[in-house]
Amino acid sequence: MDFWTLANALATGLLTGLVYGLSALGLSVIFGVIRIVNFAHGEIMVMGMFFALIMFRWLGLDPLLSIPLAAAILFVFGYFLQSTVISRVAHLPDHMQFLLLAALAVMIVNACLLIFGPDPQAINISYSFDSFDIGENLIIDKSRAYAAIAAVAISGLLLGFFKYSRTGKAIRACADNYLGAQVVGLKVSHLYALTFGIGAAVLGAAGCVLLLLIEVHPYLAPGYTLLAFVIVIIGGLGSMTGALVGGILIGMSEALAAIIFQPSMKSAFSFGLLILVLLLRPQGLMGKSVK
Amino acid sequence: MTDNAKKIKSEKKTGSTISRRQFTTGVAAAGAVASVGPWYIKNARAADPLKVGVLLPRSGGQAQIGIDCQRGADATLPILKNLGYPEMKFMLADFETKVDIARTQTAKLIDEGAQIIVGAFDSGATMAAAQVCEQRNIPLVVNIAAVPKLTGMGLQWVFRNFPHGPMIVKDAFINQKALFSMTGHTPKTVTLMHVNDTFGSSLAGALFKLAPKFKMPYKIVEKISYDPYGRDLSAEVRKAKASGGEALWVVSRLNDAIMMTKEMVKQRFEPMGIMSTGPGWYDQEYMKATGKFGDDVISLVPWHDSNKPLSKTLEAYFAKHHPNRQVNPNHTYTFEGIMIAADAYKRAGSNNAKALQAALRTTNITNNVTTAERIAFDKTGQNPHVKNSAVQNRGGKNLVILPKSAAVAKPNWPMRPWRKRG
Repeated sequence: MDFWTLANALATGLLTGLVYGLSALGLSVIFGVIRIVNFAHGEIMVMGMFFALIMFRWLGLDPLLSIPLAAAILFVFGYFLQSTVISRVAHLPDHMQFLLLAALAVMIVNACLLIFGPDPQAINISYSFDSFDIGENLIIDKSRAYAAIAAVAISGLLLGFFKYSRTGKAIRACADNYLGAQVVGLKVSHLYALTFGIGAAVLGAAGCVLLLLIEVHPYLAPGYTLLAFVIVIIGGLGSMTGALVGGILIGMSEALAAIIFQPSMKSAFSFGLLILVLLLRPQGLMGKSVK
Repeated sequence: MTDNAKKIKSEKKTGSTISRRQFTTGVAAAGAVASVGPWYIKNARAADPLKVGVLLPRSGGQAQIGIDCQRGADATLPILKNLGYPEMKFMLADFETKVDIARTQTAKLIDEGAQIIVGAFDSGATMAAAQVCEQRNIPLVVNIAAVPKLTGMGLQWVFRNFPHGPMIVKDAFINQKALFSMTGHTPKTVTLMHVNDTFGSSLAGALFKLAPKFKMPYKIVEKISYDPYGRDLSAEVRKAKASGGEALWVVSRLNDAIMMTKEMVKQRFEPMGIMSTGPGWYDQEYMKATGKFGDDVISLVPWHDSNKPLSKTLEAYFAKHHPNRQVNPNHTYTFEGIMIAADAYKRAGSNNAKALQAALRTTNITNNVTTAERIAFDKTGQNPHVKNSAVQNRGGKNLVILPKSAAVAKPNWPMRPWRKRG
């Protein structure tokens, strides 16, 4: 195995990992604040992918340009889902909340099947088959590079929102101390709905980005829900930077496992990493330990 | 007291309403009906449509291929009717590209009255269906599935009109040698990429086992297996590129074929050629998704003989009903699978499972569409006459380049570099 093969694999793994990280961010945001594990995570992202597909087919719009609209539509979807359905089961035991979201996931998959059918559907944009040459031996494919840049930009915006904006700070206050937030007069139910909406919007954006790399079909969702769980558990459930770090780790470990061992062992490496983190640092790499 | 009341009272006293004479007459009448019954019932059944369970992957990763196979099944209804075959009723089942679902769906089809099963495209799913059919004594006609043990483990109810792995590989070797000798370009090394499922593993296994026997002019330098549900094949293609194989041999399916081609172009991986022994690479969806980059790929697969009269009929049907699709093995082998079931029903004169099984064993169809000279089954249930061709993609069309007897074009080999394609 020569140096450049490894370098190319690592570069691809890094770019793919950034996209994985973005897709896991939505899960982390929602759990970090509302403490609900979104089992419909992958399905909401697939909704974003189908939206980008429609925009491409109807208007010829590049999926990256569909991001604002997809995010806005899924924000509204998420906001109303939280305020009208999920908030009503928030007081129930965890397993009942899980079942509600799992049921929602099944409904979304079936709705997508009814509307779009089971076939994988791809887009062919002008740069689908193009690559950047960096030096003589490093080749970076354009779609992946653009997808990774978009992922970094969206993640940066999200982190900035939570760190610097008043609403972001209020949401973080709710996450840190629910009772305290109520005492100081924050409208917690609205902030929770806003958080779910933001989580769904991130998934919409991730769906648009992901469409640059893979074909979309309704059965794609469960695999990505599982992947997001692996990433956020490695990074630390509830930690946004942890989700990005987890995504990068998974992307790079998969790329290296495929090159050094057998490609069919990629998933085994992801889960191996998960087991290792759970054994050595159960709270995840960037998570806070609960005492 | 009325007469009726008196009669009831008298019956209550004796405890019986049937006299000895009435009983004897009744038994005689029942015997007469019983002796005529089987003849009557048998003929009534023969007039009924045969209930054919068509088991295919209609959703999931292989959905497109399953739906394509169904087009071949649908073509049988008008065409076989004109040929005088009896009427059939399809019972459609979807195994969602999951082996465990194939098992339950086969059982469900049989429970709901399917008298014969045709399917299931995927080797793993067909193995699962075969086990259910064997337990329930219902014939299974395999349209497409290459795993060798399907007809190699003594199953009595399985009939396969499709080459198994070693047959495909043997024909592939023969066609490869002919290709290299025709063009004067022989790769010294080959990299093999195969999907890590029952189909891919069994075919790759057969390839390795048989390569030394055929004294192929190349060495297989790397064998790369990949996850059938893989999200991304960039690492797989990178590994193939790094292996240094001059040519690439792939055993894959449609979605992975598209992903692989995109990655090869993006990573500037320029093999002497791509040879496929599996579905996907000849598919129109593949050519649509890859455009000019899908050209020059050679599929070493079972194909149809365009010169046969029934092939012309099938092609005419597709030209009318599916003008954007060319006839491919998904259509032809599913078409023949249904035709085999109809033929067995016609000759058996019954939908009884044993009678259908006996009729299937004596199948001898010469008016067929594929390159097999006839459809007949050996003791294992395998049609030994099925053969492969070499088909090359050119401008969105599949052109037969080998064997020479069926060739309609000369091969483009080595394939053109990605960046020099118009």
